[in-house]
Amino acid sequence: MAQIVPLIILIPALGAFINTFWGSRLEERQSALVGIFASTGAFIVALLLFFNLMGNNYQEAVINPFFFDSWIRIPSAGVEIPWQMRVDTLSVTMMLVITGVGSLIHVYAMGYMHGDPRFSRFFTYLNMFLAFMLILVTGNNFLMLFVGWEGVGLSSYLLIGFWFDKAHGEGYRNANAARKAFIANRVGDFGLLMAIFLIFWTFGTLDFYKAAEVVNTHALTGAAASQNAGHGDEHGSDASHGAEDSHSTTEDGHASIIVLTGASLQETHGEATDAHGSESASEHGETDAHGASPDAPVYLNNDHIPTELLGVFGKAERMLAENATVQFGPFSLGIGAVITLITLFMLLGATGKSAQIPLFIWLPDAMAGPTPVSALIHAATMVTAGVYMMVRSNVLFHASDTTSFIVAIIGATTALMAGYIALGQWDIKKVLAYSTVSQLGFMVAAVGFQAYVPAMFHLVTHAFFKALLFLGSGSVIHGMEHGHHHMHDHHKNEAHHDGHEHDEHAIVEHDAFDPQDMRYMGGLARRMPLTYLTYLIGTLALAGIFPFAGFWSKDEILADAFLKGVEDGGLVGAGAFIALGMLLIAAGFTAFYMWRQMELVFYGDHRHDAAAHAPESAPSMILPLLVLAFFSLTIGFMNTPSGIGLAWIAGGAHRFADWIIVSVQHAHVGVFLPLLALVALSVGIGAILLARSIYGGGKAYVDGTDALQKTVFAPGFQLSSARLYWDEIYFALFITPFIRASKFFGITLDWNWWHDGFHHALRDLFNGFGRILARPIESGIIDATVLGVGRLATWVSSRMRRIQTGYVRTYAVVLLSGAILVIIALLIPLFQNGG
Amino acid sequence: MVQTEAFVMLSAVLFVMGTLGVLVRRNAILVFMSVELMLNAANLSFVAFAKHWQNLDGHLFVFFVMTVAAAEVAVGLALIVTIFRSKQSIDIDELHQMEG
Repeated sequence: MAQIVPLIILIPALGAFINTFWGSRLEERQSALVGIFASTGAFIVALLLFFNLMGNNYQEAVINPFFFDSWIRIPSAGVEIPWQMRVDTLSVTMMLVITGVGSLIHVYAMGYMHGDPRFSRFFTYLNMFLAFMLILVTGNNFLMLFVGWEGVGLSSYLLIGFWFDKAHGEGYRNANAARKAFIANRVGDFGLLMAIFLIFWTFGTLDFYKAAEVVNTHALTGAAASQNAGHGDEHGSDASHGAEDSHSTTEDGHASIIVLTGASLQETHGEATDAHGSESASEHGETDAHGASPDAPVYLNNDHIPTELLGVFGKAERMLAENATVQFGPFSLGIGAVITLITLFMLLGATGKSAQIPLFIWLPDAMAGPTPVSALIHAATMVTAGVYMMVRSNVLFHASDTTSFIVAIIGATTALMAGYIALGQWDIKKVLAYSTVSQLGFMVAAVGFQAYVPAMFHLVTHAFFKALLFLGSGSVIHGMEHGHHHMHDHHKNEAHHDGHEHDEHAIVEHDAFDPQDMRYMGGLARRMPLTYLTYLIGTLALAGIFPFAGFWSKDEILADAFLKGVEDGGLVGAGAFIALGMLLIAAGFTAFYMWRQMELVFYGDHRHDAAAHAPESAPSMILPLLVLAFFSLTIGFMNTPSGIGLAWIAGGAHRFADWIIVSVQHAHVGVFLPLLALVALSVGIGAILLARSIYGGGKAYVDGTDALQKTVFAPGFQLSSARLYWDEIYFALFITPFIRASKFFGITLDWNWWHDGFHHALRDLFNGFGRILARPIESGIIDATVLGVGRLATWVSSRMRRIQTGYVRTYAVVLLSGAILVIIALLIPLFQNGG
Repeated sequence: MVQTEAFVMLSAVLFVMGTLGVLVRRNAILVFMSVELMLNAANLSFVAFAKHWQNLDGHLFVFFVMTVAAAEVAVGLALIVTIFRSKQSIDIDELHQMEG
């Protein structure tokens, strides 16, 4: 069992590998099948893990894959970070969503990307994304999460900018969008990285939970109570790992230990000396957390484990209980403040990845990527990574009320703001993008209210209906493009070239037709009935209409907001109520802009010939739509609240909550407040009816103005359409000064001063010095000296030459005088002596 | 007897006259004659001192000097004949081609 867990990463990685190196040689169909098989293979593994968990009472497992002995190990610094994978209900939930929706989107992409010149590369990137996302959710420590975090950021960049070579300058637009996404994510990554540093400094480890830890005591106690506990201690044959009998003996009658029979929960010990139960097995490459013997005793809390052997969250709870302080060099901070700091940094990371204020700006631009990318990455999976991270770190967020408050406010504000902006968008995908930001705001707000189950529930339901909506919009866009080509065929009798490229027409002049612009659409319900039907289901699910999926998940969030406002008084309570109000208004906006979109796209009459000729899409695109529509209808029932009579559908009320709670310590089963649900429902339905009255009947878009612009809300619409000037503000605040600063550093400082000024000064100095050396010294002194010798010799010789008169008589005179001098010299001593 | 000093003085006078003759004369043969005069003055001085010291070395040396004088004259006159053949004159002031 444990051996197949690494496959969930290896299969998509293998698919990416194959498509990278042999993709150009494969046909389109084969390349797509490699990708689809990789994706469905991962889905099958996830399903197997799911059934395994269902079968063994949701017991988690920590797996060391066979191909990694140990990942990062610096014994001298006490760093031990293993590549460990964690299979528990939370990660399996994410795995199922990622691989399930991912597989459907792979199938969809086979039809959508048909004819693209870099077809196989697309599937490479998709599989690579899957592999990294699965690393993110299966990691048992923060570093693996970060590896996956970065990897999906990279995949997102590659996929958004996939059409970087599109003609007419559009390629630049796509590349800029990709770069914007990467950079905005990078700012978030800084936050997450700081959080990881702080976590390591504070806790000395990055593991979520070590293999032996119990995650949620309450869940296990509840499970124990619901089973046939109550036996005394029964020493089963010791579990598969050696001599731990002595320990179980001493635990006779210990109040915290209840031994369960019939439960396949594993006995583990936290002794440091003996090879730690599951870790010894993990050193041999596998762990089986599903107990070997049915009589193994079980621990329901971590009291028996010394602090050093706990993971981050266990240590956090211990340190909070002891009120420890953390040393940072000469400073020290209380653990509460440190955890607040950590969670604030994590929030920064989440705002980057999950597109909250202030780093959400990349998500609307990311719509420049192909629609399957938008559906997979920017609706269902990558953007949920931030929410997953926060739910996984629920212990830390639960401990810090300050951060939770800020998280809730940010989430609710984002939900409201994005919902408002979505009202004024013309691009069909931009509406969905801002809708995603808004719904992510719901999830983040739920985390802020410490309502972790509703957050995850909304994550799952949202994945389905948002992916459905995106794929549906892709179908619409495809239809519009086809209609555009066929329209030209009809009108101009041009040769119909294989018109599935996404480039503009090469034959006709580049007209301003944008297949994604809703102003050209209309009346598509008749032309594309299946697309329309599934889109309608997605819309109703998103708007939170009973009994579709969104109703259940959204209501749980609102209920938790209300309860938090009631329980906590003062500022926090007021904040919760404000957030509740914002979320309600955002829900209203959601229903309104979705129905506006329905009216603009599907109802009414076509506003452009392309819409009149749009065909229904290929089966490879319709089939995923149908599957997702089915799930959008039914997935909500997996977490029906108790008390209303719908529990029979999923075999029990709040099944999902029970499932998630095992892995999330501070989660609780959601409460259902019928009155609040009714309010939300009426808000949703009311918004739809309002939209219908404003936009319905063919007056959605007339004479170049949106129907809303004819009402009193026109300036509001204008502001919304201008996207609240976020990009312009960022440009003015950050980007322009940054460019100016970099220009200053590059041009003024580096080129003008350093290069032209300083370097030229050096050059002139050098030249001047050389000149000094050359003329005065070389020519003046040295040459003069050397030549002077010669000139001296010449001058002397010219003087001396005159002795050579040539006359014999002169020589005779000289000879005589010399002789006389010699004689005198000889005679001098005589004169000196005697005289 | 005649005193040795008289002979030496005579030798000196003859020597000086010969020297002046060498320096002043332009005719090459006359220069040679002056050189002979100088040599003979030296000879006289040798003989005078030989008599004074009753030593035969002086006489011997005169032999050598005379031999050398004769050889020198032969060579010198050969030179003069050669010069005359090229310059048609024996004025020594015309022989200044090797000047600096």
